[in-house]
Amino acid sequence: MTRPISKTVNVPVADGDGERYTLKMGPQHPATHGVLRVDLELDGETIIKCSPQVGYLHRGFDKIAENRTYAQSLILTDRLDYIAAMANNVGYCVAVEKLLGISVPLRAKYIRTIVCEMSRIASHLLWLATHALDIGAMTVFLYCFREREVMLDLFEELCGARLTFSYPRIGGVRQDVTRNFIDVLQRFVAEFPTHIGEYETLIDTNRIWLKRTVGIGVLSAAEALELGLTGACLRGSGVDYDIRKHRPYDAYDLVDFEVPLGSDGDIYARYRCRMEELHQSARIIQQCIDQLPPGPIISEDAPDLVMPLQGQRKVEAGSSTYGTGLIRLLEDKGEFPVGDIYVSTEVPKGELGFYFISDGSGRPYRMHVRSPSFIHISALPALAEGSMIADLIANIGTLDVVLGECDR
Amino acid sequence: MESMEIAEKLQDHFPGEVLEICDFHGQVGVIVKRDRIVDILRWLRDTPEIKMDHFMDLCGVDNKKRLGGNLLRFEVVYNLYSIPLRHSIRIRAQVPENDACIDTATGLWCGANWHERECYDLMGISFNGHPDMRRVLLPDDWVGYPLRKEYPLKGREEWSGLEELKHKVVELQEFGLSDGTLRTEAEQSQTKGNEKS
Repeated sequence: MTRPISKTVNVPVADGDGERYTLKMGPQHPATHGVLRVDLELDGETIIKCSPQVGYLHRGFDKIAENRTYAQSLILTDRLDYIAAMANNVGYCVAVEKLLGISVPLRAKYIRTIVCEMSRIASHLLWLATHALDIGAMTVFLYCFREREVMLDLFEELCGARLTFSYPRIGGVRQDVTRNFIDVLQRFVAEFPTHIGEYETLIDTNRIWLKRTVGIGVLSAAEALELGLTGACLRGSGVDYDIRKHRPYDAYDLVDFEVPLGSDGDIYARYRCRMEELHQSARIIQQCIDQLPPGPIISEDAPDLVMPLQGQRKVEAGSSTYGTGLIRLLEDKGEFPVGDIYVSTEVPKGELGFYFISDGSGRPYRMHVRSPSFIHISALPALAEGSMIADLIANIGTLDVVLGECDR
Repeated sequence: MESMEIAEKLQDHFPGEVLEICDFHGQVGVIVKRDRIVDILRWLRDTPEIKMDHFMDLCGVDNKKRLGGNLLRFEVVYNLYSIPLRHSIRIRAQVPENDACIDTATGLWCGANWHERECYDLMGISFNGHPDMRRVLLPDDWVGYPLRKEYPLKGREEWSGLEELKHKVVELQEFGLSDGTLRTEAEQSQTKGNEKS
């Protein structure tokens, strides 16, 4: 017996001339990297109008954060860009530290820089894997996941989680790195350039890859800037804007690295930028390992948020309804400043900014997350309109969006 | 240039518009009236020695529970940055409650488009002259603006699209794909409770 799925099947309806029709792509399309829906108006295979629809993952982080202490909101940031949660955690901590005026010990700064760059590697590898898969290069996917797995295993050793870490703390990090962690990471960093070479041999001069990427999705520097793009999308167009250099945080001003720039502003230029960034990340990690100083990993004036098992700090009784012993930020002591602050960090996707308004109460009066993916998706029409529908997939891939971060 | 210097220049250039200059941890915020906000932003973008070319962030704030002489009910906060000159400034435009709207910045930076849609969606401040003033994160039929201070954190209400869904369920019943009933969340938890007992 045949089972009809639904009475109303969504067949593209042709209007008058039999050529133009609308097509709703997503939200369950594998190439939309999550729950992105794109409403397309097509003329044959050419996109006349492209209208991205987001919000399927909206959880209201801004509102939730207003009702929690600063320390409690850290776990929300894991759920922003879940591909590179470590970078979000660090971004959040850096912002709160600036707001509360907490200084971080040097060792913690280095550890954070290491994990940020590790998450950049993990994120760029996932981006490359899926971007290549979308365009039709299956093998790259398997190679990239091989190395990404090493990163995730290391994260697991460091903090017990593979995706939602909450490892950095306001004022430092939760646990110190182990000897084994450093050894494995050292070996990985030493051989990683060879692996990058492997991906490059697969696609760098591949004729299909070149045809799908060179001259597609071109943005001039002025256009990219006006659209508000950040990260590799902006640098692919030749604008030298990397927050790690412009407003250094953690140990980025203590290590030496370059900011790769493209010039053509097409998909291939952005691809090259990210591949170079992988090299630079490995370089940064190597320097951090070499320079890693001994010392404390969390600031003395940090709000308490340490597992009670470590016995470093006393647990305030009744501080949490959960058994993990999360200690309330010192809420009632009147130590909080009154003012507003915007702090952004360079996450793998671009500029992740946190805007806080503090009214002295111990909970943010207002928290706003400036997520790069949200702005990048808004730039999709500028890239896609007038191009072929097959290039839309490549254009979504090149923007490197994560919908958890876009929808917040 | 120091942010404070920029703020003072701004005050000289728009004497009637600037209400207050705040400095917090080295970040300077300028509280301005909303009427000439586009002129102010254009001046900041186009003046050669200021050249704020990167529109970092825009967000709406509800000042209902916040103290301050110059504050109206809402404000729209613009965070601008100059990539070549490496300085930044924050503009805080005050918006009254009875007429919650402000001119759009999309004519200056098209990247402001979704920032402003989000502000409209969650805070209910509309932007005059915006090309596409629709909700962006919430469904189009959503009632209320969640980031306003009076909006509750929790609540139970039936979604307005539920009626349509009920019809779909009846439609599916014709094909034997459903038993024709649609349980709400409360009913489901009730059923589960019954099963346990």
